[in-house]
Amino acid sequence: MNPFTGFQAMAYKETLHAVRDRFALFAAFMMPLFQLVVLGYAVDTNVRQVPTVVFDQSGLSAGDGQSGNSETRAFIDRLGNSDTFHVYRHVRSDDEMNAEMIAGRARVAVKFPPEFARNLLRGQSAEVLVLVDGSDSAVAGQAVTVSGQIALDESLRRLLGEHAPHPIDVRPKIMFNPASRSPNFFLPGMIAILLVFVTTMLTAFSVVREKERGTLEQLIVTPVRPLALMLGKITPYFVLGLSEMCALLLFMNFVFQVPIHGNAPLLILLSTCYLFVNLTIGILISTKAASQAEAIQLAMMIILPSVFLSGYIFPRDNMPAIFYGLSFLIPATYMVNISRGVILRGAGAAELWLDALVLLALGVIVLLLAARRFRRMIL
Amino acid sequence: MAAIIAENLVRRFDAFTAVDGISFTVQPGEIFGFLGPNGSGKTVTIKMLCGILPLTGGAAQVDGIDVVRDPDSVRARIGYMSQKFALYDDLTVRENLRFYGMVYDIRGAALARRMEEIIARIHLEPFLGRQAGKLSGGWKQRLALGCALLHEPHILFLDEPTAGIDPVARRQLWDLLFEFSGHGMTFFVTTHYMDEAERCSHLAYIYYGRLIADGTPLSLRQLPDMTPAGTYRLEITTSEVTVALRRVRALPAVRSATIFGRSIHALIDATCPQQELARAIGDDGIRIEDLRPLAPSLEDVFVELSERRQRELAA
Ligand SMILES: Nc1ncnc2c1ncn2[C@@H]1O[C@H](COP(=O)(O)OP(=O)(O)OP(=O)(O)O)[C@@H](O)[C@H]1O
Ligand SMILES: [Mg+2]
Repeated sequence: MNPFTGFQAMAYKETLHAVRDRFALFAAFMMPLFQLVVLGYAVDTNVRQVPTVVFDQSGLSAGDGQSGNSETRAFIDRLGNSDTFHVYRHVRSDDEMNAEMIAGRARVAVKFPPEFARNLLRGQSAEVLVLVDGSDSAVAGQAVTVSGQIALDESLRRLLGEHAPHPIDVRPKIMFNPASRSPNFFLPGMIAILLVFVTTMLTAFSVVREKERGTLEQLIVTPVRPLALMLGKITPYFVLGLSEMCALLLFMNFVFQVPIHGNAPLLILLSTCYLFVNLTIGILISTKAASQAEAIQLAMMIILPSVFLSGYIFPRDNMPAIFYGLSFLIPATYMVNISRGVILRGAGAAELWLDALVLLALGVIVLLLAARRFRRMIL
Repeated sequence: MAAIIAENLVRRFDAFTAVDGISFTVQPGEIFGFLGPNGSGKTVTIKMLCGILPLTGGAAQVDGIDVVRDPDSVRARIGYMSQKFALYDDLTVRENLRFYGMVYDIRGAALARRMEEIIARIHLEPFLGRQAGKLSGGWKQRLALGCALLHEPHILFLDEPTAGIDPVARRQLWDLLFEFSGHGMTFFVTTHYMDEAERCSHLAYIYYGRLIADGTPLSLRQLPDMTPAGTYRLEITTSEVTVALRRVRALPAVRSATIFGRSIHALIDATCPQQELARAIGDDGIRIEDLRPLAPSLEDVFVELSERRQRELAA
C-alpha cells in the first residue's frame, strides 16, 4: 500500500487546527521574535568601562588626595583613557579599597605602593598591584590583559624614549566580526536555538492532544499510514518554522544591524533541513508522552542540551571529550555552524553542505524511529 | 460469506483476561447487538475485530479478510465509531466530513458527490458550518455516523453510539441504521439499552470475557429455564405502583420486583400463590387492575444468565 496514503488529508486537517487557534499560532510566532529582541539587547559581552578604584600611596605625599606625582598620574591616565577601565574614585586606605571591591562597586582596584615613583625614577623595577574581581571571568580576563598591556607599553616608552617605534609591533586583525560586536556573534546562533521551540514543541503537542482526546484511535482505524500521518502533521508547522526563520533573520538584520555576509536564501534553504529534524523530534516525543505535561518535560530534556552543547554559549572546542562527542548528535550544533557560517563568514554551499546533509540524515532516522514506535503504539 | 467470523478470540492484558475465547458469526445485512455489563470486554472485542488491538489468541475474519494477517485491508472496508466522541471539535461539520473522505482517498468530484449524499441522508444541512464541538450530543453522533459511512464501508462497528443522548435522537439514529442496513450494510452495535437490543436482528451477550448468549431476540426470550426452577413471573398492574412495590418486596417469597410504568414485574417462589400476593398488596384504596403471568423479557434473560454464570464461577 502507498506509504503516503492520507498525507493530504492530514495536512489539510492540521492546517485547519492551526488556523482555527489563531491566538496560539500568533503567540507561537511572536515568542521567538520577542526573545530575540530581549536577549539581543541583554547579551553584550564586550567588556567596557569597568569600574575601577585607585589607591595611590606613592602620590599621597602630595597631600591633596589626588595623585600628586607625574609618574603615577601618567599611568592612571592611560588606564582611564583605555575603553576598558573607568576610574571613578581615588581611595586613601587599604580598608577603603577593599570595601569598594567587596561591595561590588569596583571590579578592579589599582594600588601604587609608596616607593613606586622613587623606584621608577631610580631606574629600578616599580611594582603596581592590580586587584581584579574574578566573579565574572570575561571582565577579569580583559582587565588583566589590558592592564598588563598598558604596563608593558609604559615600560617600553620609558626604556626607548617617548616616540621611538616598538621593536615588534603586533597588529591583530579580527576577521568576520571586526568590531567584535557581541550581537553579531550571538544572534546567528540564537536563531538556531529559538527555532527549536516553534517546531519541536508544537508538533509534540499536536499528536499528544489527539491522544488525549481519543481522536488518534479513530484515525488509526482509517487507512492513514504512519508516515503520512506524521508528515501531514508536521506540514503546517514546517511552514510556520520557515516563516519564523525569515522573520528572525529580518529582525536580526534590521533591528540589530547584524549584516549577512553570505547568501540569505541559501541560509533559509539549509535551515529547512534543521526544521525538518526538529519537527520529527517533536513527533518522536509525542509517541512517548501520554499527556501534554509529559511532552513539555521530554521536550525540555532535549532542548536544554541543545542550548548548552551546540556551541551557541560555550565553544565546543573547549568541551570535555564526552560532551564534545555528544554535541555531534545535537541538530542545533549543525545549525549554529550553518547560521554563523553564512551570516558571519560568508560561507556558501561548498562549506556547509555536509552540515545540511547530516541534519537531513538525522531527520530521516528520527522519522523512521517515530514511525516504528507509532506502529507499536497502535498495536 | 459471513460478514464477521470470530473464532475463540482471546485478549489478555498481563495476567488479566479481558476476552476469554469467544466465537460468533455475523451474517451480511444483520444488525448485530453486542451486549454485556461494563468492563465485560465489548470494546476490546471491537478493537480486535477492527485490527487496532492484536489478538492474544484465536482468529477473526472481517468481510472475508483475516484480521491478523491483513489489518490494513480490513480497515479500508470497515467503519468504526468509537465509544468516545472522536471528531475534531474545532473543525466544522463539513470539514470533518471532508477530512474523513480524504483519509479514505476519495477525491475531487467523487468526494463532493459522496458528501452531498451523506449530508442528505443524515440531514446534516442545517449545521454544515458549525464547529463539531458546538453540536448537541445527538447531532455529534449523527456526524460521527456520517464520517464513518463516507467511504461506504461494508461493515460498521458502533461502540455505544447512543450513550448519553435523548430518546428522540436515539430513535432517529436507529432509524438511520435501519435505513442503511436495508441497503445491505452490516452493523455491529454495542448498547446497554434493552429497547435497542429488541431492535437488533441478532444478539450476543458477553459476561466478563465469556459469551453466554447468542441468538435472535425472540429465541433468547424463548430460551427454556429462563425462569428459575420453583418460581414464576407475574405482571401486576395497579393504581398505586410505589406503595404496592414496597408491600410486594416485603414478602419473603418475592425474589425480585421492578416497576415498569404502571405495573410491577415480579419473580415469585412457586410456594406463594397469586392470591396471597393480591392480599399482601391489600385493599386499602389500592386497586389491582390486572394480574397476569409474564414471559421473561430480554433483560430478565440476561440477568438470569449472568447470575447462573456467577454461580458457576463461584462453584
Ligand atoms: N489497554 C488495556 N489495558 C489493560 N486493561 C484493559 C485495557 N483495555 C481494556 N482493559 C480492561 O478490559 C476489560 C474490558 O474492557 P472493555 O473496555 O472492553 O469493557 P466494555 O465491555 O467495553 O465496558 P463498557 O460497557 O464500560 O464500555 C476491562 O476490565 C478493562 O479494564
Ligand atoms: Mg466499552
